[in-house]
Amino acid sequence: MNNQKEFIPVIGLEIHVQLATKTKLFDRGSADWFGKKPNTVVGPLALGLPGTLPVPNKKAIQWAMLLGKSLNCKINKISKFDRKHYFYPDLPKAYQISQYDQPFSYDGYFEFISPVTGTKKNITITRVHLEEDTGKLIHQGNETLIDFNRSGVPLAEIVTEPDFDNSDDVKRFLEELQVHVRYLGISDADMEKGSMRLEPNISVRHRKSEQKLPNYKVEIKNINSFRYAKQAIEFEIKRQEHLIRSGETPVQETRGYDEFKGVTFSQRRKEGAEDYRYFPEPDIPPFIFDDDFLKVIDDMMPELPHERLARFIAQGIKPGDAYVLTRSKSISDTYELIIKEIKSSVEKLTHKSKTLEGEIAKLIVNKKVSIEKDTRSVIKEIIQQLTPQETNEEELIQVIESVIETNQKPVQDFKNGKENSITFLIGQVMKTMKGKADPVGVRKSLEKKLTDT
Amino acid sequence: MDFRGISLTELLVQKNNPQDVINYFYNRTKRHNDAINAYLYVDESEPIAKKNRVSSLLNAIPLALKDNILTKHQPTTAASQILSNFMSPYAATITHKLTQAGATILGKTNMDAWAHGSSTETSDFGITTNPYNVAFVAGGSSGGSAAAVAAGLVPAAIGTETAGSIRGPASWSGVVGLKPTYGRVSRYGIIAMGSSWDCPGPITQTVEDAALLLEILAGVDRYDATSINAPVERYKKQLEENKKFTIGVADEYFDGVDKDVMKSVDSSLSRLTKLGHRIKKIHLMHPKYAISVYMLLQRSEVSSNLGRYDGIRYGKNRSYFGQEAQRRIMLGSYALSTGYYDKYYKKAQKVRYIIREDFEKVFQDVDIIFAPTMPITATRIGDISSFSFYGEQMDVLAEPAAAAGIPAITIPAGIDHKGLPIGVQFMGPYLGESLILQAAYQLEKEIQFDRLSVMKKYE
Repeated sequence: MNNQKEFIPVIGLEIHVQLATKTKLFDRGSADWFGKKPNTVVGPLALGLPGTLPVPNKKAIQWAMLLGKSLNCKINKISKFDRKHYFYPDLPKAYQISQYDQPFSYDGYFEFISPVTGTKKNITITRVHLEEDTGKLIHQGNETLIDFNRSGVPLAEIVTEPDFDNSDDVKRFLEELQVHVRYLGISDADMEKGSMRLEPNISVRHRKSEQKLPNYKVEIKNINSFRYAKQAIEFEIKRQEHLIRSGETPVQETRGYDEFKGVTFSQRRKEGAEDYRYFPEPDIPPFIFDDDFLKVIDDMMPELPHERLARFIAQGIKPGDAYVLTRSKSISDTYELIIKEIKSSVEKLTHKSKTLEGEIAKLIVNKKVSIEKDTRSVIKEIIQQLTPQETNEEELIQVIESVIETNQKPVQDFKNGKENSITFLIGQVMKTMKGKADPVGVRKSLEKKLTDT
Repeated sequence: MDFRGISLTELLVQKNNPQDVINYFYNRTKRHNDAINAYLYVDESEPIAKKNRVSSLLNAIPLALKDNILTKHQPTTAASQILSNFMSPYAATITHKLTQAGATILGKTNMDAWAHGSSTETSDFGITTNPYNVAFVAGGSSGGSAAAVAAGLVPAAIGTETAGSIRGPASWSGVVGLKPTYGRVSRYGIIAMGSSWDCPGPITQTVEDAALLLEILAGVDRYDATSINAPVERYKKQLEENKKFTIGVADEYFDGVDKDVMKSVDSSLSRLTKLGHRIKKIHLMHPKYAISVYMLLQRSEVSSNLGRYDGIRYGKNRSYFGQEAQRRIMLGSYALSTGYYDKYYKKAQKVRYIIREDFEKVFQDVDIIFAPTMPITATRIGDISSFSFYGEQMDVLAEPAAAAGIPAITIPAGIDHKGLPIGVQFMGPYLGESLILQAAYQLEKEIQFDRLSVMKKYE
C-alpha cells in the first residue's frame, strides 16, 4: 500500500536569514564574523556584559522590512522588540532580543512552481521578524567552548504556515527563496555557511482524520543544505508514520539531523508550550514608522526574480532560458548589461531566435559564450558569433566548381530531377568554405551552374 | 586646610591646588570610612591630580560613584558577591563624561546588592551607617554615596535611582539628591536593575552642585536608545532666575507621614509662600498604586536583567544571590509567565500610564509639586526585618515620580527629635529639571540647613 495515500504530512517552516549588515544588530561592532578567530569579533554587548544596552541598527530593520514586503507581507507601522528568555551557554544575556506580538511584517505569501504537480503553489508567510543571533558552541571531547563572534548578528526569521505536504516542495521553496533573498542583496543566504537556516516543523495526519493539524509537531534543527532538508524531512515523515501505524503518537520535541547517518535524533522534549517569559524590551523604545520611513523601504525594492523572469520572457527569451538566466542575479545583470551594450553598438547582427535578446540568452544559457570573463570580451565574443560573415566570391566560384567536379553522382541525380540532392552539394560547399558563405546564395549559384551546363 | 562642608561649586571658585583637595578627601576617607562603610573601594594609589584634569571644568575635584556605575580601572561589584572580582573592560557613559570634565574618581560607594533595597542593608559587603547616628541606616540603595557626602568624605557623589534610591538615602542622610527625568542621563554602563526606571543622578551638598553636575551628566547618548535627544539646559545659571511658581500640594502624599516630617513640610510650605510662590491644593492618585506597579514591573525587569549572572562567566554561581535578589527574581519570573503576563505585567503597565497621565493633568494647573520625600526618618539598623515590604513602604512617596519618569529633587529641611535629617521633595514635569532645581535652590537658602555639624563628628 502506498504511504502517501494513508498519511498526509503537515510541514511548516521557520527560516533564519542572516542579514549581511556591516555591524551587528544592536551595537556598532563588526558583523563580519564568519571564519574569524573565536571571540575576536566581540564587543561588550555581544558578551552581554553588565551595563550594556542595545541600540538598534537601522539598516537591519530596513532590510527585515524589505524582506517582509518582498514576501507580500503587511507592515506593522507600530512595532517593538521583546525579550525572549531562556538559559543556554551561547546566550550571554539569558535572553534573546526578538519580536513577539508585533513583528515588523506579517501575513504574506510566496509563490513557486511545485516540482511535484508542475503548477503554481502558494505558501502563506505568517510573519517576518528580526532578532539577534546567538554565539556558537564548539564541542571538543568532554569540553564545550563558546565563540561569541556570531552573537548579535542580525537574523530575519521567516515563518510559514504549515502549507507543505512533501519534501520536494520544501526544497524547491527554499531554492526559490534563496534566489529571492539574494536579489534583495541582504544576505548571501548560504545554507552551508549558516547564513540561511531551516527549521521545519513536521507532523503527519491520517488522510481520513478531520483534524487538519495534528496535536503535536516535531521541529528539526541542524540542517545545512537543501539536500539534507529533503532527506531529513523524508526520514522524519517515515519515522512518524511508522509510530502512528504502531499505535503511538509522536512526541512533541526538537530533533537534530545527523547528515552522516541520515537520521533525526531527539534533542529536547517540549513538554507543553515553552515559557519564554516574553516582555517588551525596555531598553529600546517602540517604533512608530511614518510614511517617509516606509517610502525608503519601497525605494529599496529591487526587481524580484519572478518579475525579471516575466520581463525576459516578454523580450522573446524562451521561458526555459529566461528561468535559467534569472536564477542568478549577477548572471542576469551581466546579461542585461551585454544587451544594452550590444543594442547601442553599430554592428548588424543576425539571429535565428525570435529576438536578439532570445539569441543572446540562448548563447549564455547554452554556454556558447562564457560570461565569467570580463564583460568587454564577452560582448566582443557575442558580436563575433552573431556578425554575418563576409564571403570571398572568387573563392566561392572555385569551390562550387570543384564540388561539382568531384561529386558527379549527385550532380547527375539533380539533373535527372532529384532536386533534393542539391542539399548535399550545398553542405559540401559550406564545409569547404568553413561556414563563410550564405547558404541561400550558395543554393542559387549552384542551381544556376547546374542548369546552365 | 579644611574643605569640610565646602560645596563643589565653592571649591571650584576657590581655585585650590587640586592635589591638596584630593589629598584632603582621600585622607578623610581613609580615616573615617570604617565608621560608616560608605566606600566599597577607594583608590589605594592615592589619586593624583592628572594634568589634563586640572583647570578643566571640575579641576580634578574628587567624586565618588555608586558601585553599579562601571569604571574601567576600578572594580564594579553592585555590592554583590557575584561580581566581587569584576573589572569592566569599558566605562559607563557618565563615568566617561565626569572624567572628561576633569573629575577624579576617588572610589566606589556601597549600596544595596544590585540596588535592591532602601537601606543599604542588603549589601554583601556590610551596611552603610548613617553619619548622624551609626545605629541607624543611611538609606538606600545609594546609601554609600549619600553617607559619604553627608560625612564630608567627598564633595559630591553620583547615585542611581530606580524608585527612591537617590532621594531616599539623600533624605535620610541630610543631603541633596536629584533624580532626573528618565532618559535625561544615559544608563549605558550602569548595571541594570529596573531598566525602564533606572536614572543616575547627583547626590550633593547643595542644589547648585546638583545643577552643575546635571549639566555634565545629562544629554543624549548614542549608546542608550532610551536617552532623550533634547538640549541640555544651563541649569546652574537658571538658578538665579528667581522665578515664582505655582506649587501643587496633594493630601494623598501626607497619608501616614510622621509628625516630625510633617512639621518640616509645613515650615517649608510657609517659607515657599513667603518667597512668593503660590501653593495650590491638588489631587493626585494615591501613591500606594505606584507601589503595586513598581513591584510588578521592576521585579519583572530584574528577573530578566539578572539572568546573565548564571555562573558561567562571572566566577560565582547563583547561590551567591542574596535573599532579596532571589525573591525579586522569583516574583518577576512569575509575573512574566504565560497566563500571568496579562494579569500582572500588562495590567501594571496600564496603571503606569494612568499614573503618568495623572501627573500630566496636574502639571496643566501647577508648575511643580511639593511633598515629603520619605514618610519617616531613617530606621534603626535591623528594623528592615520587621517590615514585610520595607522598601515599598519607605519609598512610597518617591515611587510615583519614578513610575512616571519625571524629575524630582530632595533637599534637607530639618532634623527630627532623634536628631536625624528630614527631606522634602519637588517633583517636576517631564524634562522640568530646571523648575525643580530653581524652587529647591530658593527653599534651600531659606532653610539654611546645617550640614557642617555632622561633618565635625568626623575629624
